Amino acid sequence: MTELLRVNNLVTQFKTESGVVRAVDGVSYYIDELEIVGLVGESGCGKSVSQLSTMQLISAPGEIAGGEVMFEGQNILQYEANGPRMRAIRGAKIAMIFQEPMTSLNPVLTIGQQLTEMLVLHMKMNDDAARKRAIELMGMVGIPAAASRIDDYPHHFSGGMRQRVMIAMALSCNPRILIADEPTTALDVTTQAQLLELMKEMVQHFRASLVIVTHNLGVVARYAQRIYIMYAGRIVESGTTKEIFGTPRHPYTMGLLKCIPRLDEEEGRKLVPIEGLPPNLINMPATCAFLPRCHYRIDKCYKEPWPELATVNGNHFTRCYADTKEKK
Amino acid sequence: MAEKNTDTKEFSEAPPRVSEWRRFWRVFLQRRIVIFGLVVFALLVISAIFANVLAPYDPYRGNMADSLQQPNKTYWLGTDIQGRDTLTRLIFGTRTALAVGFITVGVAAVIGTTLGMIAGFFGGVASAVIMRVMDALMSFPMLILAMLLAAILGGGIQNVIIALSIASVPGNARVMNGLALSLKENDYILAERSMGSSNRRVMLGHILPNALPPIIVLVTLQLGGIIMAEAGLSFLGIGIKPPGAAWGAMVNDGYRYLLTNPILSFAPGIAIMLVVFAFNMVGDGLRDALDPRLRGVL
Repeated sequence: MTELLRVNNLVTQFKTESGVVRAVDGVSYYIDELEIVGLVGESGCGKSVSQLSTMQLISAPGEIAGGEVMFEGQNILQYEANGPRMRAIRGAKIAMIFQEPMTSLNPVLTIGQQLTEMLVLHMKMNDDAARKRAIELMGMVGIPAAASRIDDYPHHFSGGMRQRVMIAMALSCNPRILIADEPTTALDVTTQAQLLELMKEMVQHFRASLVIVTHNLGVVARYAQRIYIMYAGRIVESGTTKEIFGTPRHPYTMGLLKCIPRLDEEEGRKLVPIEGLPPNLINMPATCAFLPRCHYRIDKCYKEPWPELATVNGNHFTRCYADTKEKK
Repeated sequence: MAEKNTDTKEFSEAPPRVSEWRRFWRVFLQRRIVIFGLVVFALLVISAIFANVLAPYDPYRGNMADSLQQPNKTYWLGTDIQGRDTLTRLIFGTRTALAVGFITVGVAAVIGTTLGMIAGFFGGVASAVIMRVMDALMSFPMLILAMLLAAILGGGIQNVIIALSIASVPGNARVMNGLALSLKENDYILAERSMGSSNRRVMLGHILPNALPPIIVLVTLQLGGIIMAEAGLSFLGIGIKPPGAAWGAMVNDGYRYLLTNPILSFAPGIAIMLVVFAFNMVGDGLRDALDPRLRGVL
């Protein structure tokens, strides 16, 4: 498979009154064509910020302090954030779906107005063609009676329906990559499953890659081919879904897996939460950020700075000194 | 694929649909005082447009023989010193009042919202420069500022409009600035930008439509104030030049005969009062109907 997007050493920081917060600290990852990639981590670990940075949607006091985002042979970070070249990528090449379907649609414009706007802008369609296409797209994402509902306002739609509209809107201009930023967090469980299934079908149909940003390992287990685990602004482990779930090597990943129930294991296992809280990102120590919560820590962890990602085998990387394999 | 995902349950759970338009009118017309304001407003517009037809006499040329008549069957509201019919001049005065009111409010709204939008959306230096200038303008009482400008520019309807427009811009800019500041933080603005919208598209296509209801209310409420300010300027003699018919000037002309012919001042005075009151009531009603915080109450 060909590589579609590669992010190298991305650093995004926020200048606050109490200090500089490095929300994303040297994150590197890649996305292949037609791939579904999961990006998992706790709240505040920099998942969303890393994705917004990729699209240069960070606004003050945040700033992208370093790194590059290679897309179609170009480092798109060198484009002016709101310039025409960056705008031609947003929506048309890389599109995004957000967490809150209830607030992601403009309340004073009809669904049709919002869906057709992008078709006219990026696909250069005329109004009639755009409207026809919008109705078609609404049908594809499973909105019944699309032709009559196109003139409705967002408040006439339920949360699940709005997220369907967002999916239709994001895919309307045939982007190469769809970034879904916690797309199902705000929805109830039954709707979540439907929407994830729909998203998978839709990216297959439109031949796009999908990045699922989530704190829910269950969501990525089913859909993602590869998973990146993030902690405190860095990627701590990456590998195929099988590797991450089968042979996790970073203590944080292992901790995450211990606190979710699984259907494929013997009954009676206790769910163990990870003790403590994620670190404050202001004035982070040079040592491993997970150290205070880690059960595998060794003397070296206290002395040496946070290790780089090291290969476990093939494409499976982890960022840990301890030999976690033995003690499992 | 489409059929498999069709979920009719969600659809049937959607709330019954009430047309926004019908909801608006129901709330708007709920109070009788608002209906009264609307009727006055309609009568004003009609008398301004059809002043030529409605007015019984010539507003500028009087009949000196009939000067200072008390109200009677020929002159329903009496005549002034030059023998001009008060009713006629009152009707023609609507033209001045409404023209000054509407044009001023329109100009001030366009300039004010543009400045406020730019300041609120971009922030930083643009905001600092624009809003400090607006603050400086705002620190003058509106009538004083208009008087100053009218004194510099001279009288006449055009200069009254310019003076009052400048005086009304800061209010609009301030409101729009606040709206832009809060609206631009909405998720749908980020979603819109993630789809590749330019700043201009975000401002005009997405922030402005959301800001319109409060702006409309503000503009309606300003109308009354501006008509009053115009009357004030004319009363002070720096507004509409004679022989043009303006209510403020009529009050001024009449007050010399307050004891003998009180109707000369009272008729235009009551007209001003009625108009300002009517516009404020309509503005109030609009606010009730358009304020999103009152959504779903009725």
